[in-house]
Amino acid sequence: MRELAYYEAKFEALEEIMAADQRVHLINGTFLSLSPHRHVYQKLRSKYADRMISPPISELGFCGLATGAAMAGLRPIVDLSTGSFIYEAWPQVANEAANAFSMSGGQTKVPVVFHLFHGLRGGGAAQHSGSPQAMLWNCPGLEIAIPSSPRDVKGLLKTAVTSDNPTIFVDHTRLLDMRGEVPETDKPIPFGVADVKRPGGDVTLIATSYTVQVSLQAAAKLDKEGIDVEVVDPRTLVPFDLATIISSIEKTHRVVIADETHQSCGVAAEIAARIAESGFDKLKTRIRRVSTLDVPVPYSPPLEAYIGPSESRIIDAVRAAVA
Amino acid sequence: MNCLRFECHSYWAFSPVIELLSIRPVDVDKPPSFAISHNHMLPKLPREALLDLCRRMLVIRHFEENLVPLHDRGVFGGHYHLYVGQEGTGVPAISCLRSDDYLFTTHRNHGHLLARGAEPKRLYAEILGRADGLNKGKGGSFHSVAPSLGFLHSSGVVAGIIPLSTGTAYASKAQKNGRITVCLFGDGSLEEGAAPEAFNLASLLKLPVLFLCENNGKYGAGRAVAAAQSSSMAAYPLTDLPKAYKIPAQQIDGMDAGLVHAAILEAVEKIRHGEGPQFVEAQTVRYPGSETNWPTVPQPTDTALAWDVSSVPEKAREWYESCDPLLIFIRELVAANQATKDEIAGIERQVKAEIAAAVEFAVNSPYPKPEEAERNLFA
Repeated sequence: MRELAYYEAKFEALEEIMAADQRVHLINGTFLSLSPHRHVYQKLRSKYADRMISPPISELGFCGLATGAAMAGLRPIVDLSTGSFIYEAWPQVANEAANAFSMSGGQTKVPVVFHLFHGLRGGGAAQHSGSPQAMLWNCPGLEIAIPSSPRDVKGLLKTAVTSDNPTIFVDHTRLLDMRGEVPETDKPIPFGVADVKRPGGDVTLIATSYTVQVSLQAAAKLDKEGIDVEVVDPRTLVPFDLATIISSIEKTHRVVIADETHQSCGVAAEIAARIAESGFDKLKTRIRRVSTLDVPVPYSPPLEAYIGPSESRIIDAVRAAVA
Repeated sequence: MNCLRFECHSYWAFSPVIELLSIRPVDVDKPPSFAISHNHMLPKLPREALLDLCRRMLVIRHFEENLVPLHDRGVFGGHYHLYVGQEGTGVPAISCLRSDDYLFTTHRNHGHLLARGAEPKRLYAEILGRADGLNKGKGGSFHSVAPSLGFLHSSGVVAGIIPLSTGTAYASKAQKNGRITVCLFGDGSLEEGAAPEAFNLASLLKLPVLFLCENNGKYGAGRAVAAAQSSSMAAYPLTDLPKAYKIPAQQIDGMDAGLVHAAILEAVEKIRHGEGPQFVEAQTVRYPGSETNWPTVPQPTDTALAWDVSSVPEKAREWYESCDPLLIFIRELVAANQATKDEIAGIERQVKAEIAAAVEFAVNSPYPKPEEAERNLFA
């Protein structure tokens, strides 16, 4: 099967999307952050200059522009680049885009995609390492996609742009260089379908985004200790596939949730609550969370490494779950 | 001209803050003479069109005046805002648009929707939270929409619509469909950062959008720090702000329907010819019923007030005499022999009956089923 780098799969999705639908406009950024691969974006610029804009540093302004354009029938994809920058656009994302369809009694559709890179990136410090997806999960009306592999980034991005709803596309710069299988014939990946990234029988390890890759490495090490971990990736937070998770827990009776949002009211907190409500009777031990500690992200490398959902913290949590 | 005009001293209050800030709006130095210095005009339109404008202004006026008692009787809750006193801006301005143009409006949207032809009964039903409301009761007074009339989304955050309006304008430009967007907001909207960000984008991208700022704080107490305006802006006049972003901007008398019509027609023409965004500040004197925290009706309107305000409580009389754009318009119509007093009284009778029926419809409209709350979360 064909293998691609994550950034190649993502760029291929953008190329196919731009070719397939005139209504798609790209606003701001390169969708590849400051990675060395960002130059590939120039290929799109030369081909679709009239459907791409590089606006001023006005996140509030251009997220509003994209939202209004979506109301009028375009399908804009906005690159906020660093995830924390979406806080600058909060009124337009959380208070206008998220509300419009419901508030209008189901009349005004807002098919806009807000793309961002979340999480610990190495030296990002407190203002460039945010993972706003948990806060956004608290805004009814937004769909949230969060890929973890080359195949998923392509398939989910293609679905995001065809969605009639405002969609947050949560990416991670540490994924850009990973390689994986991406069949040429792949279809868009529907939202609300979790993916079992590694089957296993002893513990269900739920993870999102880059933490899926960290979890797979942790699972490989735990395998040598005789612990068979099943890694489940929800792939979208809204809609959320609880059924796949519950059926995994029916098999393993143990669950660990690893995710880069802060612990309080974080992604792991919400998933834990849903499991507790719907699958408590299937658990043999308490739910364990491995989240980013509740502090602003510190700059210094050992401090940053200490607060995140690292491989060693995940391994410790899984060991505790089977102890 | 036989119309009565007086200065609005009672709505004009000096604040020392302005001196502390070293801001010297011209109005601080001299008594306001805005309302008396100008000869009001009629829009250059055929008689039938003028009477249609008159009818729309009357619909707004009687709609709003009949809304207040519904709130006071507890038929609906929550805050709300009246468009009374701004009919002379919204009605002629909106009449300059094409039927497929986009409009965005704020919490003070009733007048804009009605001027464009929204059904009073469905707007009432929305404000009352009923199933027959424009938004099926999901939006209320602040968020009423009418997509078929070009109102896709109304925001209760004062500057929320300004970036959105650049978006529909951007889409129209990309789709080459000739549509323009009109963004209707109050002077307070300029205080939020979304406004200058959107002006910058609109100017850089040369977007087909008209920013129509309705400054209803001329001499108003309201949120004044300066005598001349209700908002708290260091930029003065307000047109300095769009001008800094190279958007052509002008200040006009929003109580003068003819002036508004001419200015908006010209601005719309420029926008349609690809000249990019335009900004108009239309100034009105705040309706005394909107001076209070909760709207009141100091005097129910009757078109006969255009010639005799002796029945108006003294506190509000000056406004009705010289600052009410509806009564000004009616006086102009009669003075120019475009209508008789009887004709206008006849139109008003029809409007009053229509509004009474609309209230009846809304009050009898059922509430949505509770489960409706969970519907239409996603498309």
